[in-house]
Amino acid sequence: MNLGTKMGKQTIVYDDSVYIKSFYSSVGKLEGEGPLGKCFDVVYKDEYIEAKNWEQAENNLLKNTVTGAFAKAELSCDDMDYVFSGDLLNQCTGSSFALKDMCIPYYGLYGACSTMAESMSLGSIMVDAGYGQNVLAVTSSHFCSSEKQYRFPLEYGGIRTPSAQWTVTGSGAVILSPDKSHICLDSITTGKMVDLGVTDNANMGAAMAPAAADCILAHLRDLELKPADYDCIVTGDLGIVGSTLVNEIIQKQGSDISDVHMDCGSMIFDPNTQDTASGGSGCGCSASVFCGHFCRELIQGNIKKMLLVCTGALMSPTTYQLGETVVGIAHAVGLSYRE
Amino acid sequence: MNISNKEYDVMVKKATPNSKLFTDCVKAFIVGGIICVIGQIIMEGYLALDIKKDDASALTSATLVLVGALLTAFGVYDKIANLGKAGTLVPITGFANSIVSPAMEYKTEGLVPGVGSKMFIIAGPVLVYGITASVIYAVIYKLLTGM
Repeated sequence: MNLGTKMGKQTIVYDDSVYIKSFYSSVGKLEGEGPLGKCFDVVYKDEYIEAKNWEQAENNLLKNTVTGAFAKAELSCDDMDYVFSGDLLNQCTGSSFALKDMCIPYYGLYGACSTMAESMSLGSIMVDAGYGQNVLAVTSSHFCSSEKQYRFPLEYGGIRTPSAQWTVTGSGAVILSPDKSHICLDSITTGKMVDLGVTDNANMGAAMAPAAADCILAHLRDLELKPADYDCIVTGDLGIVGSTLVNEIIQKQGSDISDVHMDCGSMIFDPNTQDTASGGSGCGCSASVFCGHFCRELIQGNIKKMLLVCTGALMSPTTYQLGETVVGIAHAVGLSYRE
Repeated sequence: MNISNKEYDVMVKKATPNSKLFTDCVKAFIVGGIICVIGQIIMEGYLALDIKKDDASALTSATLVLVGALLTAFGVYDKIANLGKAGTLVPITGFANSIVSPAMEYKTEGLVPGVGSKMFIIAGPVLVYGITASVIYAVIYKLLTGM
């Protein structure tokens, strides 16, 4: 057992005790046609994924991603000590119904689109504390099940505003372990909820950008790092609008991440040809881009050190109707390449 | 975070692109106009069959609703809407789309709790306030013109 060190108020640093043993990503057709299409392990042409409805389709998406992560590491459900999983569906049924038959000790999470970093954070604490040899962190989102729950029926001819984002059909899973691999999980920073009064639910990037900025600044402050110490600081799903805002907010606070900043939501689609407005969103956005693109870059050593900052908007259709603001949350995970 | 909600609101407005109002209006005018022209052609067709004008109007509306419903069912209406913006929302075909699309979406939840209860999730307010307004209008009309 090697307990990590708490640094500052929000960050825990591990002493080479947590590694990513396996990673796997799955996406839908539109994501497969996007600029990162070739990075993903599986691209589903039929978004029903052999199910009868959208909710079951998301279950299958998550389940198949988990099975893929097991196969890559030649492990099975029995080898898993814990699973941390979450999604966007009411009562987190995307995760619970997908994982119910796997008989792995289960923690269901709701961190909206920040869930990938949240599940990896909690999983890493378990691994570092010596409570698990293999801990699974997974999340998913499905465009169709999200549209049904949060917006309008799929065939409704409603029009999107330019700031609206497109929920990614995608899932990503990692198996965390103390066994050494090429990707080391160095640190986690737990974000605070930040609310700067955004009420427009068609502008999630704007609602989440302050929380992302707050979490990135807390991470850099707690570890006394500069943005240039990272090859890239990757936000989850701020989209084009939110990415502009996170850079502006951080500049106002006297720092500058613009040279190293990337955003999964802005990378996964081509806004010029795919009509996805401000970019991708959803738990599956950062999860699939991290597990599909960034893990590969890390394992090949093309990226030596990165900070993954998954961003979430804490709201529901009911809170929106009540006129409540959209509260932002972001969690950060520091990762590095090991030879 | 030393940014006030007001300051942030200004930053958000600056960073958020506006809808292309002029081009959207032109698209809506053209697509909405085409739907109306098609409606007129249908109406002329009914009139040519010696149907009375009042009946021909009602039949035209019913035909357009049917066409809107079919285009929704075949997954085409939302694509036309993406092109035609509000031009597909305002005509009666948009009303058909707003009823058929939730009926299709919630079919998986059963005929009563799914289709039955969710069918009017979008069109419901139009019916509630449309009918209420017409009742108020009728009462005022009767009061002013004498019973």
